[in-house]
Amino acid sequence: MKLYHYASPQTFYPLAGWLLPWFAGIAAVLAVAGLYVGFVVAPTDAQQGEVYRIIFIHVPSAWMGMFIYVVMACYGLLTLTVRARLSGMMARALAPTGALMAAIALLTGALWGKPTWGTYWVWDARLTSTLILLFLYLGYMALVAAIEDPQRGDRAGALLLLVGVVNVPIIYFSVFWWNTLHQGASVSLTAAPKMATMMLTGMLLMTFAAWAYSIAAALHRVRSIILERERHTAWVRQHLGPEGQ
Amino acid sequence: MMTDAGAFLWSARRDLKLALRRRSDALNVLGFFVLACSMFPLAIGPQRELLQRVGAGVIWVAALLATMLALPRLFEQDHADGTLDAMLASGHPVPLLVAGKLASAWLVSALPLVVLTPVLTLAFALPAESLWVMIATLLLGTPVLLGIGAIAAALTLGLKAGPTLVTLLCLPLYVPVLVFGAGAVETHAAGLSPSAHLALLAAGMLATVTLTPWVAAQALRISVE
Repeated sequence: MKLYHYASPQTFYPLAGWLLPWFAGIAAVLAVAGLYVGFVVAPTDAQQGEVYRIIFIHVPSAWMGMFIYVVMACYGLLTLTVRARLSGMMARALAPTGALMAAIALLTGALWGKPTWGTYWVWDARLTSTLILLFLYLGYMALVAAIEDPQRGDRAGALLLLVGVVNVPIIYFSVFWWNTLHQGASVSLTAAPKMATMMLTGMLLMTFAAWAYSIAAALHRVRSIILERERHTAWVRQHLGPEGQ
Repeated sequence: MMTDAGAFLWSARRDLKLALRRRSDALNVLGFFVLACSMFPLAIGPQRELLQRVGAGVIWVAALLATMLALPRLFEQDHADGTLDAMLASGHPVPLLVAGKLASAWLVSALPLVVLTPVLTLAFALPAESLWVMIATLLLGTPVLLGIGAIAAALTLGLKAGPTLVTLLCLPLYVPVLVFGAGAVETHAAGLSPSAHLALLAAGMLATVTLTPWVAAQALRISVE
């Protein structure tokens, strides 16, 4: 059996249904563990006190918000090059989760900023670029929603995603030059992390929870999209039974 | 059979001719630009220092919004009367036809903004030396705005929500141009050399001018197919 066997909506639909509870379960377990480590086990920060604990939600959602856009752009590339129908549906299914993650990052950042910086919002480079990222998600969702023909919507959305992903680094650096107040990254792959092991553990647990959640949410959404798109086919009619038609 | 350069020139000349026969469109863009700028002193007060401080940013934002006003018309008429289908089927390189349309749109809707800028810098009491930086950034920046905008206009072609959608798609992508455009004037006003900002704008302009016609042509195919 080939990998692209599952590129057909008909075969992917049951696979997604089988995978969905696993990812949802993993997300729940990791989130409980991560929140426990983050809010109970991890030590209080010497400078920021308890308020720093919001990073256990803030940082994973900010990472996820950026990462999902790149994943969507990869699906966009597949849509335009090999014309895989499923990839357009996957991009659509991921968009609301990506927007949600960017929105959570902004919200938690504002709640953290009030006690730490003394204000909910500053026009800082990272805040501003996350806001623009949220607008990119909203733009994509508005575009695909406005186009009635699903194929055209998929391909137009794919092109927009590619244009967007080329622009994201340019936007990021332009805004970074423009103004920056945000604290530097605490975690990087090259340097030793500047944070306690327990804090790092909590954050990584939450990051993997965010991954698993995003996959589960996207799988759930893509199943609905598949059924809607393929509603006239024999297999969907058969799957839904007489009352589903 | 037209050469490639011939296709570009044909498309540019055709759009120019159409624009000259419907002058009100270009004048509306210009009017919007001036009016949008004039609203700011009314809203924030006429203090000279305040206006000097915000002038460059206001003129840039107004130029950006005015350019966006011209975008929905870029392909709409040709789409409605079938010219666009003929262009796509003609066998001529569509990116060059699009580039011709963009060149014409720049001459009709962006160049007049640049020409009018000295009046507006006077209105915002910007120092005379800043004027040249302002004009340079607008000359370099407006092609970027039009190029990116053409992609959005092509993607939303024929949609009911088209014009509003173009705004939503374009504005996030316009951020770098705005930052470097208004930033160059600010830097110059602070007594530093604006050359870094101008160089980045020029790089952005060259990249957009060479790449966006291809992407916009692809977007047109998606929308018309």
